[in-house]
Amino acid sequence: MTSLDRPAADIATAAPAKPSNGTHGARVDLLTVAGMIAPGARVLDVGCGDGALLRLLAETRGADARGIEISREGVAASMAKGLAVIQGDADTDLADYPDDAFDYVVLSQTLQAMRRPRWVIEQMLRIGRRGIVSFPNFGHWRIRAHLLLRGQMPVTENLPDSWYDTPNIHFCTIRDFVELVHELDAEMEKAVALDRYGRPVRVDVPWWFWNLFGEQGVFLLHRRG
Amino acid sequence: MTKHEKAKAFDLARREADEPSSPVVRFGAEAPLKLVSGAVLAPWQCAYQTYGTLNADRSNAILICHALTGDQHVANSHPVTGKPGWWQTMVGPGRPLDTDRFFIICANVLGGCMGTTGPSSTNPATGKPWGLDLPVVTIHDMVDAQARLIDHLGIDTLFAVAGGSMGGMQVLQWASSYPERVFAALPIAAAARHSAQNIAFGEVGRQAVMADPEWRGGHYLEAGTRPEKGLAVARMGAHITYLSEAALHSKFGRRFQNRSAPGFHFDADFQVESYLRHQGLSFVERFDANSYLYVTRAMDYFDLAADHGGVLARAFRGSKTRFCVISFTSDWLFPTSESRQIVKALNAAAASVSFVEIETDKGHDAFLLDVPELTTTVRGFLDAAAKARGLKVAS
Repeated sequence: MTSLDRPAADIATAAPAKPSNGTHGARVDLLTVAGMIAPGARVLDVGCGDGALLRLLAETRGADARGIEISREGVAASMAKGLAVIQGDADTDLADYPDDAFDYVVLSQTLQAMRRPRWVIEQMLRIGRRGIVSFPNFGHWRIRAHLLLRGQMPVTENLPDSWYDTPNIHFCTIRDFVELVHELDAEMEKAVALDRYGRPVRVDVPWWFWNLFGEQGVFLLHRRG
Repeated sequence: MTKHEKAKAFDLARREADEPSSPVVRFGAEAPLKLVSGAVLAPWQCAYQTYGTLNADRSNAILICHALTGDQHVANSHPVTGKPGWWQTMVGPGRPLDTDRFFIICANVLGGCMGTTGPSSTNPATGKPWGLDLPVVTIHDMVDAQARLIDHLGIDTLFAVAGGSMGGMQVLQWASSYPERVFAALPIAAAARHSAQNIAFGEVGRQAVMADPEWRGGHYLEAGTRPEKGLAVARMGAHITYLSEAALHSKFGRRFQNRSAPGFHFDADFQVESYLRHQGLSFVERFDANSYLYVTRAMDYFDLAADHGGVLARAFRGSKTRFCVISFTSDWLFPTSESRQIVKALNAAAASVSFVEIETDKGHDAFLLDVPELTTTVRGFLDAAAKARGLKVAS
């Protein structure tokens, strides 16, 4: 039995079903990411958008959280919330950060928009002691069915853009991602699949089940050794 | 401007150098200022301007550092020219540097000509203007002088230090020299060192001043003259570097002045020429030529990394200051790459840093102009910092 046959042994505890105080309205995937981060940690959020996760981390985990964001609007929105955000391109700028600069480096729903996703994950594991990656699972049955039955690139709630104007250029499935993690010789500490309602998929099921029924994957990684 | 008006303006400017119309602190022989060059300045003085009210726990002070040819008159009419303050878009009630919430301080830099000791101040040893006998000053010296003023005002920690261009250099020097005294730092359109290209531009300006026969080896004030032509040319050259081709083009294009066809002469035939001449002439009215030499030199010598073994990150090691670095897309004098060097060093030093590149065609001068994105960014950063500092945020 290969490691692809079943989820990692140490599976994350389920994300809270209801948002707790102070996190009202936060996306469940963000809560799942936040739940993987130790209190008071130094965190870099790569592609932090308007700073929703950074704010959540600062407020609920007491984290020293920083961000990189490519869009001026996102940087401005984050800065107005009092967050430390650098306007820049993760595909190149991660090289500027020293080794072990952060306790966690987070790629929340941004991996698929990277030009060099493999390089970005390598960098995140160099800069951070741990890396957290969440992404839309292109292996979900609805996406497979969409392609199979309609012969068109899927447009879903999580992936609302048409193929020609999407910022997403590198889709992968949960299975693809797990394989990349093995190739990079990284360790998966926790893994969670979320269904279309953002609820965690049952943990006692094999990977193929996650790959079929998880709309998103959230993984906590660290370097081996 | 008539000859009489000009003479009056010169007298006024001359007086401002020693007896400024703004507050001034005079440091006596017992409080010398040690300069980086090794020279010691005593007595010396620092002229400054304040706006707003210092709160009870003295925690709401913002120091503004002015650029090359600026001065302390940030948000009041200029005593020599009568023109509005140079950063009135940013400073005032309800503005990002809100005088209803913050106590704003701006000092004339060391080497300047508006009341802080500079080459046009009277040398106490001779009773004549210092001229080139004044020791060369650096950005580091300017900041040390400001720190002495802040001490004098009884302020321990500045809530923020902000400034653009040479002012941004001072902000970086403040954060490096006095990290525990700066809660938030805003270097705008700045660099951690003066580039070779900028040193080259500076040299052209200085040579223009010194080539004017009226410069008289720097002793023009005793002779009752000024190297106006040389200084005007220096300003015209520098002014081009503050703008961008896009800004010049949209403002003037190749349009002629008062005609529709070329005049075939060397008067200001193009609008852009007449604009530059005007910039040059209005500048000589308020600025001292020797001061121009001193402050451009101070910028040339600025190299924060060199002061720390060539590693810029070491200048900010262990810093708790919250930084907000801002650059402009069309600034070719202090391009975004220079700001990125600062950000990179701050990252390596694990400092809290935000960075934004603002899209504008206004060039380096954008930091002085009404650029909405600049206003919003500065406001957002300061409001958040005020909250973190526990200052009362205006509702």
